[in-house]
Amino acid sequence: MTEQYMLERVGQAEWFVPATGEMRVPGRIFADCGTIEQLKADIEEGKEWNALRQVCQVACLPGIVTASLALPDVHPGYGFPIGGVAAFDLDSGVVVVGGVGFDINCGVRTLRTPLTEESVVDCKEELAEQLFCDIPAGLGSEGKLRLSVEEIDQVLVKGARFVVERGYGLEEDLEYIEEGGQLPGADPGTVSAVAKQRQFRQVGTLGSGNHYLEVQVVEEVFDQKAAGIYGLRKGEVVISIHTGSRALGHQIGQDYLKEMAKATKKYNLSVQARELACAPIKSDEGERYLAAVACGGNCAFANRQVITHLVRSSFARVCGIPPASVRTVYDIGHNNVKLEHHCVDGKERAVLIHRKGATRAFGPGREESPVSYRSVGHPILVGGTMGTASYIMRGTEVGMKKAFGSGIHGAGRALSRRKAAKRYWGEDVRSSLKDKGIILRAHSVRGIAEEAPGAYKDIEQVVKAATEAGINRPVVRLRPLIVIKG
Amino acid sequence: MSPFKYLDHTADMCVQGIGTSVEEAFCEAARAVFNLMVDLDRVVPETRIQVSVGASSLELLLVEWLDALIGQKDLSRMVFCRFGVDIVTSNNGFRLEGEGWGEELNPVWHRAKLEVKGVSYAGLHVSKGKEGWIAQCVVDV
Repeated sequence: MTEQYMLERVGQAEWFVPATGEMRVPGRIFADCGTIEQLKADIEEGKEWNALRQVCQVACLPGIVTASLALPDVHPGYGFPIGGVAAFDLDSGVVVVGGVGFDINCGVRTLRTPLTEESVVDCKEELAEQLFCDIPAGLGSEGKLRLSVEEIDQVLVKGARFVVERGYGLEEDLEYIEEGGQLPGADPGTVSAVAKQRQFRQVGTLGSGNHYLEVQVVEEVFDQKAAGIYGLRKGEVVISIHTGSRALGHQIGQDYLKEMAKATKKYNLSVQARELACAPIKSDEGERYLAAVACGGNCAFANRQVITHLVRSSFARVCGIPPASVRTVYDIGHNNVKLEHHCVDGKERAVLIHRKGATRAFGPGREESPVSYRSVGHPILVGGTMGTASYIMRGTEVGMKKAFGSGIHGAGRALSRRKAAKRYWGEDVRSSLKDKGIILRAHSVRGIAEEAPGAYKDIEQVVKAATEAGINRPVVRLRPLIVIKG
Repeated sequence: MSPFKYLDHTADMCVQGIGTSVEEAFCEAARAVFNLMVDLDRVVPETRIQVSVGASSLELLLVEWLDALIGQKDLSRMVFCRFGVDIVTSNNGFRLEGEGWGEELNPVWHRAKLEVKGVSYAGLHVSKGKEGWIAQCVVDV
């Protein structure tokens, strides 16, 4: 029998899934009609992995507050949907490994430069080559920073600050990284020796899959005030870095998935799917996981910080600009679990927010944002595809009320990697990008096919849905000039 | 019968190893994982590593086995093309004594592809069916 889920349209791009069966709260999906039709079709076709079922399964978890949320880039993950957001009561709630995933604090950092598109036309090829040489990427790549066990522990505790103190970047960078680049509560004692050993050579590496480094141009400004505050002007060149916590984060995820599976049984927690393995927030397992996640998150901040340093050197060498003139706009993660204060049922309270493939998107006035951004809220960095566009958006009051201040993280996949590799040929993708003036340098031809622009949803539709839902607002659109892939 | 195959998963990859025994299915699942990372036929099986893991069920044993192998690509920088597995029942479930044959990763020669980050519990499935034994899981890439 086909599963049945009721979906009520309650806004232009907002849908309500009433709590039925074992759902403790309803589901709320911010998406356009096309995405909703796809979610329904996945159910009707009996697809083993579908995001609508995952939204409802998350709604069954103990201690979940208000609703199980999905944002416009929603697609199936494991356990949690990607584009999923869920908040939990600190006393009765749980922490879920699948709500963070294996790539802890995977995220995007955007840097701005004093260069214009015109000023890099003649050196674009050289710049692409320099970046490709300077930024370690792809399977088996190694970072230039070699660390001892003690130094790895310091990375886990101090995050981006540790590498800035070692000369990789500017003190100013830290102000424009979420949480100052240093998540609180990190305890290296909660991270396995294997996780640390796997990381020795990986700080400052990009990785593979959907990770990238792009040189982009600010193509259009939608919100002059916010763009001005973020230091973004039409025609200027920016750089976006998408990567995460590398092998250390992956191993933390793997280690704790197993530990949480035991905890689910130990605490007799009712979960709808094995991949939703969890533990009470206030349990030894829950607290240890949160301390380990903070370590993984700090590792990701440090990783993006080292790559920032390498990017500055590349630009200085090719474009002749001072390294310090390349400045951090913002750095934000999209696989996280965080203790935050939100207004729930009219009262401010602390909740534990999971964002899987979703960013924090705090609107105006929140003290978590950098002081200079506080009047408009911090930027949301939305990675598009290598052939279309990326966006910088910002949070809203509506998003604070309806979505726990959360934002979209990207276009969201539409095709599986297998289907994309069958449909596209890497060299054809490279050639079609070249026709658009985009230089692609990649370590894997198959990887190019799997990451072809057509494998993703239309970023314009995703941004439009987030805007129509009122949870995020566009600030600028970025068009790629150079793409570096693992 | 293909020894391993991939099933559709929008964001990640579902790998399925198939064999006449559960051990063979585990080996094929490992080949499926490393085939995502490199061209298997370019890997020379010149060095052996040993893996010894245990779990309460065959499904969880598959996770342990693949996790141990994936870790080696960072710990010893090795990739593998050939595997051997013995599985025995123990007091608490199952124990696996396995080996992987391969060599140090050379990203250019081995035509490096995707990095596999971890083994999830999604689609996790070990059973005997019409095609023989199947060992399946979704890996994060």
